[in-house]
Amino acid sequence: MRIRLILAIWACKIGISLSRLLGKKGTSMPGQLALKICPEVLSLLSKQVTKEIIVVCGTNGKTTTNNLIASFLRAQGMQVVCNELGANMIWGVCCAFAEKADILGRLKADFACLEIDEASAVKVFPHVKPNLMVITNLFRDQLDRYGEIDTTVDLLRQALALSPETKLLLNGDDPLVAQFGEKTDRICYFMAVDEDTGAEVDDIKEGRFCVFCGEPLQYAYYHYSQLGKFHCNSCGYGRRQPDFRVFNVQQSQGLSFVLEHNEKQEEFSVCYRGFYNIYNIALSYGATTLVLGKSFDYQQVLANYKPQIGRMEEFIVGKPVILNLAKNPAGFNQAISTVLCDEREKDLLLAVNDYAGDGKDISWIWDVDFERLHQGNIRNLIVTGIRADDLMLRLKHAGFSEDRQIKCSNLEEATQRLVSGEAAVCYALVNYTVVFSMQTILKEMEGK
Amino acid sequence: MEHRSLTIGHLFPDLLNLYGDRGNILTLQNRLLWRGFGVETVTFEKDTPLSFEGLDLVFLGGGSDREQLLVCQQLHRYREELAKFVESGGVLVAVCSGYQLLGRTFQSHGEIIEGLSLLDIYTEEGENRFIGNVVITTEIMGTPLQIVGFENHSGRTYIGNHAPFGQVISGSGNNGADGTCGVVYKNVLGTYLHGPLLPKNPQLADYLLQQAFMRKYGEPVGLISLHDRAEQEAHAYALNRFLHQS
Repeated sequence: MRIRLILAIWACKIGISLSRLLGKKGTSMPGQLALKICPEVLSLLSKQVTKEIIVVCGTNGKTTTNNLIASFLRAQGMQVVCNELGANMIWGVCCAFAEKADILGRLKADFACLEIDEASAVKVFPHVKPNLMVITNLFRDQLDRYGEIDTTVDLLRQALALSPETKLLLNGDDPLVAQFGEKTDRICYFMAVDEDTGAEVDDIKEGRFCVFCGEPLQYAYYHYSQLGKFHCNSCGYGRRQPDFRVFNVQQSQGLSFVLEHNEKQEEFSVCYRGFYNIYNIALSYGATTLVLGKSFDYQQVLANYKPQIGRMEEFIVGKPVILNLAKNPAGFNQAISTVLCDEREKDLLLAVNDYAGDGKDISWIWDVDFERLHQGNIRNLIVTGIRADDLMLRLKHAGFSEDRQIKCSNLEEATQRLVSGEAAVCYALVNYTVVFSMQTILKEMEGK
Repeated sequence: MEHRSLTIGHLFPDLLNLYGDRGNILTLQNRLLWRGFGVETVTFEKDTPLSFEGLDLVFLGGGSDREQLLVCQQLHRYREELAKFVESGGVLVAVCSGYQLLGRTFQSHGEIIEGLSLLDIYTEEGENRFIGNVVITTEIMGTPLQIVGFENHSGRTYIGNHAPFGQVISGSGNNGADGTCGVVYKNVLGTYLHGPLLPKNPQLADYLLQQAFMRKYGEPVGLISLHDRAEQEAHAYALNRFLHQS
């Protein structure tokens, strides 16, 4: 057993180094190899975590939330295993552990922070028993890969059944997520934005009906998508009194809010925008507080925290160029909201690819409310990506004629076109596989 | 001044709204508006009274298994009215889950569910899902036309003696075995094709509009050709890339 474990770790470490040498960010192959050599590699390593294992699931915000928790814990002097780069299937989790272990199979870690793909949790939980699981939100995403949202909920239920001791920290504003905290003996905590933030009703696609009785949910107020203060008049399912309560939200410059937990209030302020970041920050603060058993100094970490690749990531190429990943309707609609918050005249680039990492089915672009971009003070509208033609047609139906759009066949040309416009600021909203190439291009431009 | 108009009935968009089906409604609406026709879209949500009176074109989209069952229950109450609409030449477009509902039976998690029996077709559950881009040829408009779309279904639909919407060139279609895709009966079009179906296939959209005009006004309406550059480019892209996929 010991020999196989060591061999698996070596294979994984060598694999990771090799793939890095080849300039790949992918970490699935080495993990696959390690699990083949020693199927117990994950359980043997995760058992060596001395304090707690935290898992983050949910459609959007996984990487940001998970990495923030890891950063908070590291700032407390803790040793942390974390799948930073967002490789969130079982192989990526395996790589994160193997990389942190020494060549004799020993792991020195106080905590593990693991971002896990919703469909992979059921594969990971037989090996890894988390102490705390955070669920950020559930939106429709890559239907060709994940299937319908009901399937995702089922998979998460199956995963949780494998680990009855796991506590839950839930986005209490999301009726699809909060359901995991109902009808269970499990210890559950809820986080919610406990005030009307003045958001208009979005077109709710999921979770419009009560998950327990099927009746339409009523809302005292919405934040976005199906998130808000919901209540079912028929069976009584509704948003719980939050354990982590957010209020006093300001979005005019950056983002600030107050978070109350156990009657203690903390103020949060960050320089980046995006309403969804409230959830990422509050959930990561909440998770860290829960596993540490006390409040802690988060200000420094938050001030130094750099958003992940392409999460409202800012570059300066003569003027600010803001790159944001938008890979499903909920994410895209939030990105559009963020763009609309910025009143400056802007040039905008939109890009959609349909590689394996993006999902082959791009029909979701029809569920994005591009119509709202008419209020965005947009000068040039640049469209690219390998499915640029589909995107152009979608935009045409949103009222942007063909002549209003600039189509670029490759990303370099599109980015060049974006930054050479007259507007004061540029935004690029792009899906998964575009974001990495675009970041490279922008970094290079920034360096010149 | 053009006074003619059509009324579109969108059935249960609150339940059946997977895969960007909104694009189909947008396409029908805009292709009327761009030509100066009037258009009204009436949406019928769960538990609201449903009437086919005054509707020219009805759309039934795709949803999850759970939502499909809910819609099935709701529609059973209106079966006779829907049958009357269909028999009188009303245009009905049904995609995926909506398509399955039109038949005698379909399956949901092993259970056989009674459909609306508007068409003599039935659906069984397959083991694996058919997921991917699709190209078919249809002759419902007379001359052969290539249609592009995307499918994602585990159902295997058998259309018996009905005419298919088209023949699969690339992809799986109704059941992955007999080469057919979808079904047509009078002005009913049932298909597994999402994508969404109509934006990239504007000729099909126009055909459906023309059928609806014919029924309403008793004569064809002149549909001027539109500036379809974006439509043609998106269609051509899909065709070039997916026609010969393995």
